[in-house]
Amino acid sequence: MEVSKKYRFGTLATEIVMVVIALLFLIPFYFLFVNSVKTFGDLLTNAASWPKSFEWHNYAKAWDMTNFPTAFKNSLIVTVFSNLLLALFSAMAAYRMVRHNSRFNRFLFAVFVAAMVIPFQSIMIPLVKVMSSLGLMNSIPGLIVSYLGFGVPLSVFLFHGFVKSIPLEIEEAARVDGTNTYGTFFRIVLPLLKPMFVTVIILNTLWIWNDYLLPSLVLQSADLRTIPIATFAFFGQFTKQWDLALPALVLGILPVIIFFLAMQKYIVEGITQGAVKG
Amino acid sequence: MNRKKTSGLLQQLVFVGPSTLFFTVIIVIPFLLGLYYSFTSWNGVSGEVTWVGIDNFKQILTKDPDFGKAFWFTVRFTVIGIILTNLLGFFLAYFLTKPLKTRNVLRTVFFMPNVIGGLLLGFIWQFIFVKGFAAVGSATGWHFFNLPWLGDATTAFWGIVIVFVWQTAGYLMVIYISSINNIPKDIIEAAEIDGASRLQILKTVIMPLVMPAVTVCLFLAISWSFKMFDLNLSLTKGGPFRSTESVALNIYNEAFQNNRYGLGTAKAIIFFVVVAVITSLQVKLTKSKEVES
Repeated sequence: MEVSKKYRFGTLATEIVMVVIALLFLIPFYFLFVNSVKTFGDLLTNAASWPKSFEWHNYAKAWDMTNFPTAFKNSLIVTVFSNLLLALFSAMAAYRMVRHNSRFNRFLFAVFVAAMVIPFQSIMIPLVKVMSSLGLMNSIPGLIVSYLGFGVPLSVFLFHGFVKSIPLEIEEAARVDGTNTYGTFFRIVLPLLKPMFVTVIILNTLWIWNDYLLPSLVLQSADLRTIPIATFAFFGQFTKQWDLALPALVLGILPVIIFFLAMQKYIVEGITQGAVKG
Repeated sequence: MNRKKTSGLLQQLVFVGPSTLFFTVIIVIPFLLGLYYSFTSWNGVSGEVTWVGIDNFKQILTKDPDFGKAFWFTVRFTVIGIILTNLLGFFLAYFLTKPLKTRNVLRTVFFMPNVIGGLLLGFIWQFIFVKGFAAVGSATGWHFFNLPWLGDATTAFWGIVIVFVWQTAGYLMVIYISSINNIPKDIIEAAEIDGASRLQILKTVIMPLVMPAVTVCLFLAISWSFKMFDLNLSLTKGGPFRSTESVALNIYNEAFQNNRYGLGTAKAIIFFVVVAVITSLQVKLTKSKEVES
């Protein structure tokens, strides 16, 4: 009895300390939101206080000036198409590499794994040159192609580990029934890969949606800007104009926060899976 | 027999072809080109590419104090960043695997900063350091908040560290939580019955068993901090006076601001070699620790 009482007190104390730390963690969001709806004068007087009045038209201005709908649409197109193609191509490659373990495929896999070490900044300069000679610059499809290239190593690696754990018997049964390799892959194997699809798509989504450097090198036109680039351009133009910059930042983080809260369970699973394999 | 061979080749092409093609165009070719350009005086604009031998490397190592400074900054930042973020990540995970009522909400809160990209986070924190800290400082009078945040080399350095830890600790927490949850309950119960204190259990049971997670988390943290770019760009732009310029930002500026592409690629190659060496050393080191425990 004595012990359990002491334990309960300890748990309560831990709980309180953790909640306090969590509130500290959230303070940046408080500052961001509260000041995004203030008048410029109110914001300069005291950034910590609750707003005297809620100036929602700050948001309307930021929405128009960053051309938010276009940026959102561009980010969405890039993220969705890069993800779908990347997951599909990587799964196919990993499947073939595991099931047809030739010397060439072993070499190719080793190259993929080794390439994961290369930092993006190490190849970005010649990449721009290669992309412009292929006519891929300043275009959304061009950007998607480069995400396919950069995403392949990790995605193939993750699928590779997963395909190995699928028992061969299932496929052999299908083959006896006369299904060819393509049918086996698309009808039997692909559904079995679903958990790893979730992991790969989650990891790639967080990366591609938030990426700044690659799109900033590839895209030049204002109407092709993704959210991070639009925010950067806007911020450069209105430095210290916090009543415009802060609502733009809230708009910028809102989609990914909503995505996170909705998909939290899968995100946590994806990270754990990705980490175990990595 | 021949038909079987052709269909095998076709399958190889269909399944592995697309990935290999994109990988080759986007990574392999630029990487090889980069090796070549690092020995030239290419300026990125004109078609003229002159071979200059190892001049670029000589210049970087002997006549470019800013690159050395950027490296030193990156190393200091990496060491401090990975220690702090791993400590905090493990601390959070350790307490959030206890039966707390608010456990799930707290996990969500601690992870949330991570889903936001470094660029936007840097801008948000720029406001907090400049305006938010000042407001708290004048309300409380605490010296800490009245420092010239981001205004001098020291506060700018710690400013980036604070944001980095705030952003990444939650990610590592998730990995540590899954690792702690994987420890068989009966091992911990057995230790409790033997009269081990909670600290002893942490040190002799939990710590050795989460070593694989430590490997992963160190690996991730090193990779994030050493290649830091977005946060650096949006929070301080490398300033004041290039005191917080990371290697990645230095390479970027060399190529895209100064238009010295040859020099930039040479720096990029040096950067690649260092990253590759650190990564392989680190994996080797922590892997050997795992076996010991």
